[in-house]
Amino acid sequence: MSLDADGNASPAAASDGLVISRGGMAALVDVLVRRGFTVVGPTVRDGAIVLAELRSADELPYGRGVELEAGRYRLRERSDGAAFANSAGPQSWKAFLHPSRVREWSADRVGDEVVFTADQVTPPRYAFLGVRPCDLRAIAVQDRVLTGGVYRDPVYEGRRSGALLIVVECTEPGATCFCVSMGTGPAASPGYDLVMTEVVDEDGHHFWARSGSPEGAEILAELPGHPADPETQETARAGVAAAADRMGRTLPEADLRELMAGTLDAPRWDDVAGRCLTCGNCTMVCPTCFCTTTEDITDLTGDHAERWRLWDSCFDLDFSQLHGGPVRASSRSRYRQWMTHKLGTWYDQFGSSGCVGCGRCIVWCPVGIDITEEAAALHDWTRSGAPESAPESP
Amino acid sequence: MVTHLRAATEPGPATDPRPTLAVWKFASCDGCQLTLLDCEDELLGLTERVRIDHFLEMTPAEGADGERARLAGRGPYDLSLVEGSITTAEDAERIQHVRRISRYLVTIGACATAGGIQALRNFTDVDEFLDAVYAQPEYIGTLETSTPISAHVPVDFELRGCPIDRRQLLEVITAHLAGRRPQISSHSVCFECKRRGTTCITVAHGTPCLGPVTHAGCGAICPAFGRGCYGCFGPMSKPNLRSMVAQLRHDGMSERDIQRVFRTFNAASPEYAPVPDLAAEGQHSSRA
Repeated sequence: MSLDADGNASPAAASDGLVISRGGMAALVDVLVRRGFTVVGPTVRDGAIVLAELRSADELPYGRGVELEAGRYRLRERSDGAAFANSAGPQSWKAFLHPSRVREWSADRVGDEVVFTADQVTPPRYAFLGVRPCDLRAIAVQDRVLTGGVYRDPVYEGRRSGALLIVVECTEPGATCFCVSMGTGPAASPGYDLVMTEVVDEDGHHFWARSGSPEGAEILAELPGHPADPETQETARAGVAAAADRMGRTLPEADLRELMAGTLDAPRWDDVAGRCLTCGNCTMVCPTCFCTTTEDITDLTGDHAERWRLWDSCFDLDFSQLHGGPVRASSRSRYRQWMTHKLGTWYDQFGSSGCVGCGRCIVWCPVGIDITEEAAALHDWTRSGAPESAPESP
Repeated sequence: MVTHLRAATEPGPATDPRPTLAVWKFASCDGCQLTLLDCEDELLGLTERVRIDHFLEMTPAEGADGERARLAGRGPYDLSLVEGSITTAEDAERIQHVRRISRYLVTIGACATAGGIQALRNFTDVDEFLDAVYAQPEYIGTLETSTPISAHVPVDFELRGCPIDRRQLLEVITAHLAGRRPQISSHSVCFECKRRGTTCITVAHGTPCLGPVTHAGCGAICPAFGRGCYGCFGPMSKPNLRSMVAQLRHDGMSERDIQRVFRTFNAASPEYAPVPDLAAEGQHSSRA
């Protein structure tokens, strides 16, 4: 049962969902905290909308939007007070599910023996508030990569299995967004516990909330609100549909896997290599990039050792360091590796695209390299006189 | 690396199994040596594992008969940490001696690794400076250039920074003791910003930042406090300076500003050599 705005019990979690106000959003965070969740959501910090632990819904970025371009991110005020009319923040949920630094085990010399201790920290139970549809799909991609095969990553699995996902559909795409091209948004696909659509109109500021899991339904039933009326549903659906028509970017309408495989020798790779700093930012902000490196450390006594796992990047020269040197020494080969994996060979490896169209790699590249622009240039090359069969290149 | 360490107990007291450590100063400010003393919590533990045999920064001056030994050291030493660059004919000889009496030689800091801020002389006429600064320039004995240690003797490992990072110094020493490779990454500072969750100040605020071409190791301190990286760890592996210079221009830096930001502690790094030309050639173009 739930209470409406007047505190009256109302039948909630009906299939049409519930309409909640800003007060309902505050109640949602309170309910989540009371249920023992560590609530993580968007909030303003250091001039950006970052993801951080929320203690109350007051910390949500009400009235803050963003202006996005390649290599540029700026906060701006929004007169409508919307909390979720923004995109492509500097982090993604992988910062919580697949942390940048993890100690995997430690070892101690005890007498003549070495005793290993696996790090088994019980992760907090996260509730992610404000997952965008593209990011929901990114989590699904990382699910397949990190838990879908023979070797399951216990760190990711431990954090992911208890996580509650509250999606907010997208009504305000950024200039760098291309989820429509990737088929990942702006409407939510299944996989969430709760989904909401933010509506700001003459009737006020509301969220149309629906559940997608039994736990989501339980939580919804604790929120004050009223059963979703057809008008609100209609406005919400229209907002999401309109967002689909306002994507800032698109990828070429081509088989991207074929495009990547067929353009390995395109001169465009030299062009982008001239601009690429190989700084690794694109991979670090990408919600699906998952690569890590391992560092073994010892202490001064020599009796204690630890193994740490850190985010790594295919732009790091050490990433492909083998006997005799790095396999991908040129920036051309490193950028090409990243993009062809993301858009092409990811299908072969994991059965889907590695790109969800969130646009973070475009925004957070310091020199504004745009994966959609690079893909378009490669596509143009194939249509305008690319050699029939390009020779293999290293 | 391990084998020569284990052999290192001689010629110290036969009863002392600890490898020996020496710390050397050339043209420098002592800041990197001080980083060793800054290892307050680890310092006692360190002295249990190594015998610090030569470290003028922390030992009293020796007597008159020890004067030469005081400056040059007797050795041999298992691990020598070398701070500073070579700026005098005497130091050019002394580093040969230090190399001869050191089994493993690690340079610490921008001076020893790249020539330091004093390498600004490499770009100009030193005699003119001497005439301008000193009343009696004939008393000054100095070389025309400030050069890194690696320009004079083989170096086993170079630790970056102005000053070096305390944790990285401990890592180099600890790795040496364990006979393993130090975990010192040569990628960009951006890795460190992203791993610690710092929002990119270039993208979010338009702040010029050398992070994308700068060697990691500091932990990305400056961007975490809203300040652009100024490259005190020197260039990362294979930096793209052409693109970096174009971006700095895009973020509002003039040709002169761009030249100056690379002319600091690592001014003489060979990777930075193209910067003046790049800064000049791009005067009338900007990022697409």
